[in-house]
Amino acid sequence: MNVALETHALRKSYGAHEVVCGVDLKVAPGECFGLLGPNGAGKTTTLKLCLGLIDADSGSVRLLGHEVPARAREARAQVGVVPQFDNLDPDFTVAENLVVYGRYFGLRDRDIEAGIPQLLEFAGLAGRAAAKIQTLSGGMKRRLTLARALVNRPALLFMDEPTTGLDPQARHLIWERLRRLTQEGRTLLLTTHFMEEAERLCTRLAIMDRGRIIAQGSPRALISAHIESQVVEVHGPGFERWMERARDLAPRVERAGETVFCYAEGVEPVLAELRRQHELVYLHRPANLEDVFLKLTGRDLRD
Amino acid sequence: MGFGAPDRMTTSRLYVPPTLSLRFVPVWRRHFLVWRKLALPSLLGNLADPLIMLFGLGYGLGAVLGDMGGTSYFAFLAAGFVASSTMYAATFETLFSAFSRMHVQKTWEAIVNAPMTLDDVLAGEWAWAATKALAAGLSMLVVIAAFGFTTLPLALAAVPVVVLVGLAFGALGLAINALASGFDYFSYYLTLVLTPMMMLCGVFFPVEQLPGAIQAVSRVLPLYHGVEIVRPLLAGSFPPDLLAHLAALAAYAAAGFYLAVVLTRRRLLT
Repeated sequence: MNVALETHALRKSYGAHEVVCGVDLKVAPGECFGLLGPNGAGKTTTLKLCLGLIDADSGSVRLLGHEVPARAREARAQVGVVPQFDNLDPDFTVAENLVVYGRYFGLRDRDIEAGIPQLLEFAGLAGRAAAKIQTLSGGMKRRLTLARALVNRPALLFMDEPTTGLDPQARHLIWERLRRLTQEGRTLLLTTHFMEEAERLCTRLAIMDRGRIIAQGSPRALISAHIESQVVEVHGPGFERWMERARDLAPRVERAGETVFCYAEGVEPVLAELRRQHELVYLHRPANLEDVFLKLTGRDLRD
Repeated sequence: MGFGAPDRMTTSRLYVPPTLSLRFVPVWRRHFLVWRKLALPSLLGNLADPLIMLFGLGYGLGAVLGDMGGTSYFAFLAAGFVASSTMYAATFETLFSAFSRMHVQKTWEAIVNAPMTLDDVLAGEWAWAATKALAAGLSMLVVIAAFGFTTLPLALAAVPVVVLVGLAFGALGLAINALASGFDYFSYYLTLVLTPMMMLCGVFFPVEQLPGAIQAVSRVLPLYHGVEIVRPLLAGSFPPDLLAHLAALAAYAAAGFYLAVVLTRRRLLT
């Protein structure tokens, strides 16, 4: 099997509102694939369509060699899912959550129980088997949800915003674990709106907006294809006047609120000019995925 | 997909009969494990309310009323309460508890991410509601038997009937659950459907006391059929029209479950 997940011309509407408008995706085995997009872009709906949890209006999905939704059950048997919001069983202990979930895969209790120490070690919850869910922190719950998704030793993991709402320490720990999973040869498909997360983890990614894939490729390829390599951010008193001058120094100059963004391959002329302006505050940095994302999806709020 | 105009593919998947298999068992076991942690308060809750009513009304009102067609009013009421407490146990499980699992805790969502379908989840809920109904009906039967108001062994035949009543009301409850916008929604069903049913179906007094037109309504309600089977069984006689009553309950269970499946698919899959 040289394709872990493939969708073709996937469409889904809710009433008159088309949420997914013709999505083509191809994820290779062992890849960490990121689906990026602002809120409401259709990321979660796309994941649900891939898992056969909702019906597409048209288009096709092939997941680990199985047609979805016709053979979604067989496909899901080899897949793990980390949902956007934790849905652990609050009445159970940590270990009970894993056992009860494993049963949904038709696994025998003793086989599940044999794997629990390893899962808890992976989740950084060793020794917490008997802990109640209410006593766990947000990061611990997230890690337990990740461990629960591994109870059936899946070949592919779907993760819907795996680190949303976590503090930096908890987020870095999740990233570490996800790297371990890719090293073990598993395929990862995650949605996120943290560009830093996508840039660090994903071998390839697709940017989705208003139900469409608007760009696809490795983080580096996307940056070099869509944006100048250097950025200078400028703000402070008189930035509006300075912005007019900057237009002659950089090929692309944008304003967002009180900040000016100058994009260029070589920003030396911009920096030289800025050194003479003592009022202005500036930051020079390499362009990143967030710049690509904002260029492609715009700076307007999506609520 | 709006409710008004589902396309062809979705429509066909929406109305196909549910595929029933033993895959619901892990769902049932999950609910059982939760229940085991708070079984005692749960059983007491099932028993306390009908028993207080039964002893209060049975002895108090029974003393005023005297015998009812050869049996004491206590025995008459006890048989009615076996059926009605079964009805309430299945109903509460499928309204409040199932809604909490579906909507609040998102337990259903977690389950269908595994190789389980919504049909499996609903079958598990249904079987679990019947189990809770059995626990409630059985504990009523035990208490009544302990006070000598049952005739063994025929009263034992009431046990499977209690399960059937549980399946009928569990299925109806799941259909209501699929329509609910919040917990408040259930008070419509409880006060506008179940409370009148309790009055119309011969729990407190014989249906024959009602005007003819209303009796006709009583005879199509599921609780009526439950009461009509359980009461003779507890008194030690074979219920008249047993097959018709069983068929009516089975029809409510089957049609109710199909309705619940279609409404829940419409709510969650489209």
